[in-house]
This record gives sequence, C-alpha cells and structure tokens, in this order.
Amino acid sequence: MIERSNDNVLFRPIDRSRFNQEELVRPSLSQWKETVLKIVKNKLAVLGLILLVVITFFAIFGPHMVSYSYSDQSLTTRNLPPSSDHWFGTDALGRDMWARTWYGARISLTIGVAAAVIDLILGLLVGGISGYMAGRGKIGDRVDSILMRIVEILYGIPYLLVVILLLVVMEPGLWTIILALSITGWVGMARIVRGQILQLKEQEYVSAAQKLGTPHRKIIWRHLFPNMIGIIIVNLTFTIPQAIFAESFLSFIGLGVQAPIASWGTMANDALGVILTGQWWRLFFPGFLISLTMFAFNVFGDGLQDALDPQAKD
Amino acid sequence: MYIIKRFFTMLVTIWVITTLTFIIMHSIPGDPFASDADVLPEEVLENMRAKYNLDEPLPVQYLLYLKNLVMLDLGPSIQSETRDVNTLIADGFPASALLGIQSLVIALIFGLILGIVAALNHNGIIDYLSMAFAIIGISIPSFILAPLLIKYFAVDWGLFPVASWGTWLHTVLPSLALATAPLAIVARFMRSSMLEVMNQNYIKTADAKGLSTTGIVIKHGVRNALIPVISFIGPLAAFLLTGTFVIEKIFAIPGIGKYFVDSIFNRDFPVILGTTIFFSTILIITLFLVDISYRIVDPRIKLTSKGD
Amino acid sequence: MSRLLEVEDLQVSFKTYGGEVKAVRGVDFYLNQGEVLAVVGESGCGKSVTAQSIMGLLPKKVSRIKGGSVTFEGEEILGLPKKQMQAIKGSKIGLISQDPMTSLNPTMMVGKQIAEVIKKHTDIAKNQIKVRVIELLAMVGLPNPEQRYSQYPHELSGGMRQRVLIAMAISCDPQLIIADEPTTALDVTIQAQILDLLKDLQKSLDTSIMIITHDLGVVAEVAQRVAVMYAGVIVESGTVEEIFENPDHPYTWGLLNSIPKYGSGEKDRLIPIQGSPPDLFAPPTGCPFAARCEYAMEICVQEMPDKKRTSETHHARCWLNDPRAPLVKDLISAGRAE
Repeated sequence: MIERSNDNVLFRPIDRSRFNQEELVRPSLSQWKETVLKIVKNKLAVLGLILLVVITFFAIFGPHMVSYSYSDQSLTTRNLPPSSDHWFGTDALGRDMWARTWYGARISLTIGVAAAVIDLILGLLVGGISGYMAGRGKIGDRVDSILMRIVEILYGIPYLLVVILLLVVMEPGLWTIILALSITGWVGMARIVRGQILQLKEQEYVSAAQKLGTPHRKIIWRHLFPNMIGIIIVNLTFTIPQAIFAESFLSFIGLGVQAPIASWGTMANDALGVILTGQWWRLFFPGFLISLTMFAFNVFGDGLQDALDPQAKD
Repeated sequence: MYIIKRFFTMLVTIWVITTLTFIIMHSIPGDPFASDADVLPEEVLENMRAKYNLDEPLPVQYLLYLKNLVMLDLGPSIQSETRDVNTLIADGFPASALLGIQSLVIALIFGLILGIVAALNHNGIIDYLSMAFAIIGISIPSFILAPLLIKYFAVDWGLFPVASWGTWLHTVLPSLALATAPLAIVARFMRSSMLEVMNQNYIKTADAKGLSTTGIVIKHGVRNALIPVISFIGPLAAFLLTGTFVIEKIFAIPGIGKYFVDSIFNRDFPVILGTTIFFSTILIITLFLVDISYRIVDPRIKLTSKGD
Repeated sequence: MSRLLEVEDLQVSFKTYGGEVKAVRGVDFYLNQGEVLAVVGESGCGKSVTAQSIMGLLPKKVSRIKGGSVTFEGEEILGLPKKQMQAIKGSKIGLISQDPMTSLNPTMMVGKQIAEVIKKHTDIAKNQIKVRVIELLAMVGLPNPEQRYSQYPHELSGGMRQRVLIAMAISCDPQLIIADEPTTALDVTIQAQILDLLKDLQKSLDTSIMIITHDLGVVAEVAQRVAVMYAGVIVESGTVEEIFENPDHPYTWGLLNSIPKYGSGEKDRLIPIQGSPPDLFAPPTGCPFAARCEYAMEICVQEMPDKKRTSETHHARCWLNDPRAPLVKDLISAGRAE
C-alpha cells in the first residue's frame, strides 16, 4: 500500500477485527416473551385480567364471607337496601344479595368455562380431523367434505333457538345448559381449527416435514399445535363470555338454572319490577357484575389478540 | 351455479331444522293434554288428540307436518282454539319486523359511522371515546340496558311510553335497547376493517393520484372496508332476532318473540315448532341474501365458484 | 438543461416501537429536465422513503421530515399545504409504485381508477375521459384496451397491472415520474418489457424519471445518472459511465462486484459485500459503510466524509478521496487490469 502522507494516524487502515465484536445483535425476543410483554404494556388488557382474577376470587370465596346462604329466605328482611349486615341488600324473599350475587358468579363462570372447554375439545377434534384429512386422497377428501357439510348446516342454524328447544325438552339444570350450549357452540371452533390447519399445511416447513416422513403425531404436536395455540386461546377468551352471556340470557327468559339456584340472569329477571319500586340494588349488582365480566373478558381477549397478531407491531 | 347450489343448501338446512325440532318436540314424555287429563272425559281428549294428529304413529305425524309445511301451513295452536300458528305469526310479525329492521338500520348506520370516524382518528381522542362506548355497549346485556332506559327515559323523564306497543314513540326505547350491542359490534368491526384498508398500497396509490382525502376515504377506503362487514350482517340478524325475545318480554310488545317465549312455558308444541321454523327460515334467507350480495359487491369472488 | 427537481439535505425519521429510526439522513441530489436518474441501494437504505417524502406520501403519524428542502420546478414543495400538494400529485408528478399486485383498488375497474386521475386534474369532458383512458391503456401496450377498461385488477397479470399503474402515472403528462422499484415484483422477461416501455415513454413524452431500484442492471438499462444510496445517505453520484467505469466509493465497488457480467470467465467470481447495513436506530457517527469497508481507516469511524467532487457531475462521500488517504483506487484498478 502506498502512503502519501503517513503523518496522520487518522488515515491508517483500521484494525477491522473490532467491528466483529460490534456486530449488530438486536435482542430478538421469543414469541411468548414478546406476547407477554405486549399484554403487560396494554393497560386495558391488564385491567381485564385483574378484574377476572378478582371476580373469580369472589366467586370462590364470596359466598363464604357472609353467614347467609344464597337460598335462605326470611320474611322479616325483605327488600332491604345494602347495609353492614347485608352488603348488597336483600331481595323480595329476604335472601342475601351478596351471597346470591357471588353464587351467581360461580354459576356463570362454571357454565362459561365448561361450555368453552367442551367447544374447544369438540372443535379441535372435528376441525382437526377435517383439516388434516383434506387433500389426503379420496377418502380424506370425503371425510373432510362430510364433516364440513355437517358443520355448514349446523352453522346455518340459529344456535340460541336450538339451545332453547333443548332446554324445553331436557331437565333444567346447570349441566343441561352447558350441554345445550356446547351442542352447537363447537361449530365455530371447528371452522377456525380447520382453516388454520389448511393454512399451516401450505407452509413449507410442514410440507417439508411431511416429505421427510415425520410421523403424523409429531407433525401435529411439533408444527400444527404450537402455531394454532394463539388463535385458540384468543377464541376461548371470546367463547367464554359468549357462553356466560347466553346463560344469563336464558336464565332471564326463564330457561336457565331453576330456583333456588341463583344466576345473574335470573336475578336480573326477578328484579325487573324494581324499575318502578326503586330497589335499585336488586338490579344493579347482578347487572353491573355481568357487564363487568363481559368487559373484562372482552378487553383481555382484545389485548391477547393484538399481542399475538404479528402484523400489529405498531 | 353457485346461487342454485346455495339455494339447495338453504332448503336442506330448513329441512334439517324442521326434522330436528320435530324430533325434539316429540321426544318429550307425556302429551300436551296431560294437565287436562283429570278434568276432561276420555272421549274429549281422544278427539283433541285426533285434531292434532297425535293419535297417528310418529312417522305419519312427521310426514303430515312436512306436507302442511310445504303448503305453508304451520298447523293449529294448542293453547288457542281460534288462532292457528299462521295467524299468531301474522299477528306478531309486523311488530317484530319493525323492531328488528329499525334496530338493524340504527346499528348499521351509526355503527359504520362510528367505526369510520374512529379509524380515521386512529389513536386520537375520538377513537378512544368511540371504542370506549363500543366496549361498554358490548358488555352490557340488553336485558340490563332495557330496564335502565325505561327507568330514565320513560319513568323519570317521561320522554317515551314505559312499555307496550302502538305509536312510533313506543318503538324508540326497545329499538335502542336492541340496537346498542350490535351497533357497538359493527363499530369495532368497521374500525378494524377500515384501519386495515387504509394501510393498503392502493390507498397510497390513490394518495399519489392527488385525490382529496374525502375522495380517498369514501371511494377507496370505505368501499373496501365494507366488504367484510357485509358478511357480518348475517350473524348480526341472528343476534337481533334472539334479542327480540328479551326486548319484547321487557317492553310487553306483542311480537313473535313474545309468543315464542310464552309458548315455551305453555308447552304449546305446535307454536314452538312453527315459530322455530319461521325464525330459522327468516335467518337462513337473510344469510343467503347476505352471501349473495357479498359476492356481488366483491368482484374477486365469482358467483359461479365456491371460493370458500 | 434546467433543474426539475432538487433535493437538499433531506432528513426523515420514523417513530417505532423501539425508538426513532433515522431512515434518511441528509440526502442531496438533483434531476434535470428530460433526464433519467436512478437511485440505487439495498433494501432499507432509505431510497423509497426519499421518494415518498418528495410526494408527501409518508404516513403522517409515524414519520417526520426533520429537515431539508425539495424544490420542484423552482418551487419548494416540502411542507406545502395539502390542497396544493394534491394538485401536484398525479398531475405534475406521477408515481409508479413498487408492488403492482396490491397497488390497485381490488373493487374498482382499472379503467375507472385511471379515469379518476384525469377527472381530478384536467378539464377533459366526461365523455372524452373514457376515450383518453383507452388511449392510455393502448399506449402502455395492453392488448384489447376497450375490454381492459372494465376489468378488475384480479383479472390482470402482474405485468399488466404494472402497465395499468404506468398508464395511471402518465395520464396527466407529468413532468416527473417517480418509479419505485417498478420491476422488482415481476418476472425477468416482464421486467425487460416494462423497462423498455418506460424508456420509450420517457422519450415520447419527454418527461423525467426518477427510478428507484436495487438492481444495477436496471440502472445500466435506463438511466443517464445514478445516485448510490447507503444507510440513509447518498454515498456517490454521477453519470452512468462515471459510476460503472470509474466508481469512487468502496460501496459502489462492492455493488459492481456483486453483479454478474456477461461473458466473464469462471475466475471472475461474484464478490458479495460482507456484513449488513448499520442499525439506523443509532447510526454511526462516521461513515456508515466503514464497518463493512475493506479499506476503512481510523478517520472513517470518527467523521462522516464530505461530498468530494471529481468531475462536474461526479461526487463521492469517502475519505479515500482525501489527498491524505492511501491510493487504494489505483491499486484496485491496477489489479483489475491484470
């Protein structure tokens, strides 16, 4: 190398090895960590989660915090406003509203979670089989198309009508409602699962794994399931409140849980007359809590969805 | 041809619903006259069973019902001597339809406007307010909202009648109560659809053409953002329909929803069966129309292919 | 030749999740009437952002023009009121965008999408607009232009859609066409057709084109002058001959070494540029290419070199052109000649 002026050190070639240490490494977060981080940053989603935890806590322990049971009637304590004795007041039959409200939370959450879990299992099964069999020879396509025809028809049936019909026929009760809700509820999940699987099957890494002879079970657990879990969880956060909503709706029109069992829907129905009599607490507590639960699930679900959506990077 | 295929799926769905409903209704032990068995002599009961074809074997009853259904006869009611199911539906339908359509229109118009305004104001104060309203609207069930509306707008302020049916003023509160949740859902849906569309390259192209902002938003933005929302009208109609059960009950509106709920408690099976089929048919036709119009609006989907 | 467009010290930043990205950090270039200028650089170097800032197309919420000026026909257009800018966009400056597949409205007939521009910027009578659109569609080489008018984008191939976009860009006889990677998304054979079309149109319409590309083949094909962009700055600019035959910047050398040459023997292997561009969250204070430059000196990491002029048209920002630097370039050209 010819140097014209060697007096200036600045113009000496640099030791290039020092760049290698400075090699740009932007810390790449794992998807789960990033998801959690995004949810934590979303204040509304955090609020939703906290509310859900609090509501669940009271659903479990609330009824035990007072000496009254949800079904104890008392002629002397009818329609009392909230006081230090009856925190949420009492209803027309003198039953403690606090015990009833949180007992109702228990019923609502149980129905919501149970119905959503059954939907999930059935949906995964049907949607999974359908999606996995699609494009797998004549038999595979046949299986897929039969399952999808069933799903298509069920999807066209207004589900609340079916639920109402079933409830007319069956013995009323908690499990009847759960069963009735799941009989049509799984269809949505099945469609989502099938769509996801069909989409994932198009992905190169899945077809590569297939061509390499990876066993089916391994493809399902290694490739398909982890990639679907996000959308499934998001869907759960929307089916649970839907089921809760449906239950309270059914209870409200008189098809839900039967007396003396309390549910937010039946309590709201019992309290309809208070518009005229002014016993606001009888409508307020169940009404507020059901709205709060819906709100909590919705904002948490939204936050989760945003966090899991790779396109929503802000 | 897609429309024809889709039409047959529709007929099959209606048939499946009819059959399912029929089986469910007849799987109940005992008969609707069980409560009358003690008071009425046996011959009278026999006569009544004969009138409702209940003395025939079940398959025959089923075929008879289907035959009548094809002729659009939904059969007699058990509770009411004078009015058959067709009359009941004819009586209740105008109120229910008015309520449903009015709510649908409110939900669509205001929901779309709210969604568009929120999207254009993304992360601005209007956006936050609209979405706060939307999420609260979704969270409050109509059977909680309706009593609140009655308490304030009817009882306390006396702006509207408390309940019942008659003048247009009677329809305002029930329509609002019914429309709020769908309105909120439409607003959220439209907002996210709009946000997605406004990020598309063709919006940038429109901008590069020098079009005015309003022109871009309406011609290129809203039009494309509406497409996914159209497919949402079907479930929305279902939502409104079941909502009428509650709303008609709370406001004491003589609509089909109220007859339906009443018939459940009276165990009036022909009415349950008839109204279920009627409701389902209306919904399925709505879904069908939505599907067709969706395919007309979006040139990418051809009416001839399935394109699912 | 008169100056049509002059960009001086343009600086653009983006707000992102992780902080501010300085995407364009002081870009200077000019474009004369009737000239084709190619802006070359790898993806992420800020070339598209530069084009979009000229047209005022950057998303306002996340981007910010931090400084500089853009003069078009002697008038400052950076920060012009929306209405005035809208009058320029589509009429005096046409854009041909990067991705023909997504740049057309999927629910509007392509003819209508072109008609929209004409309606906005000209006084052509309503019934004549359609005639004009069909004429334009024929001009960009679409067969059956009458039928094309009422087709939807999904009914056209990628190459055809790019032709539609070109027709849209030239519909109001613009003084300047900005073509942002017009061929990147297309098949190689279609690429050549589109480039030919652009060249022809440029001649017949006597317009100027600023073509943005990462493909030096495209540059050689259509451009008269070249600006090489790296990490948000123009590192070298000059005529096509100057850049291809006598490049002054190591990054340009690297670019030229990494494209295959026709008729070269086996021993002329392609030499990739090692490493990757700097992080524009925190751009280096010195020359951004220093970390990847074989000839980097101490000064390169300490100070950004100034524009050095080697001819009327040729500039480079590299310390190697400083009289105090070793004569690397001679050495290399000597090596090449062997």
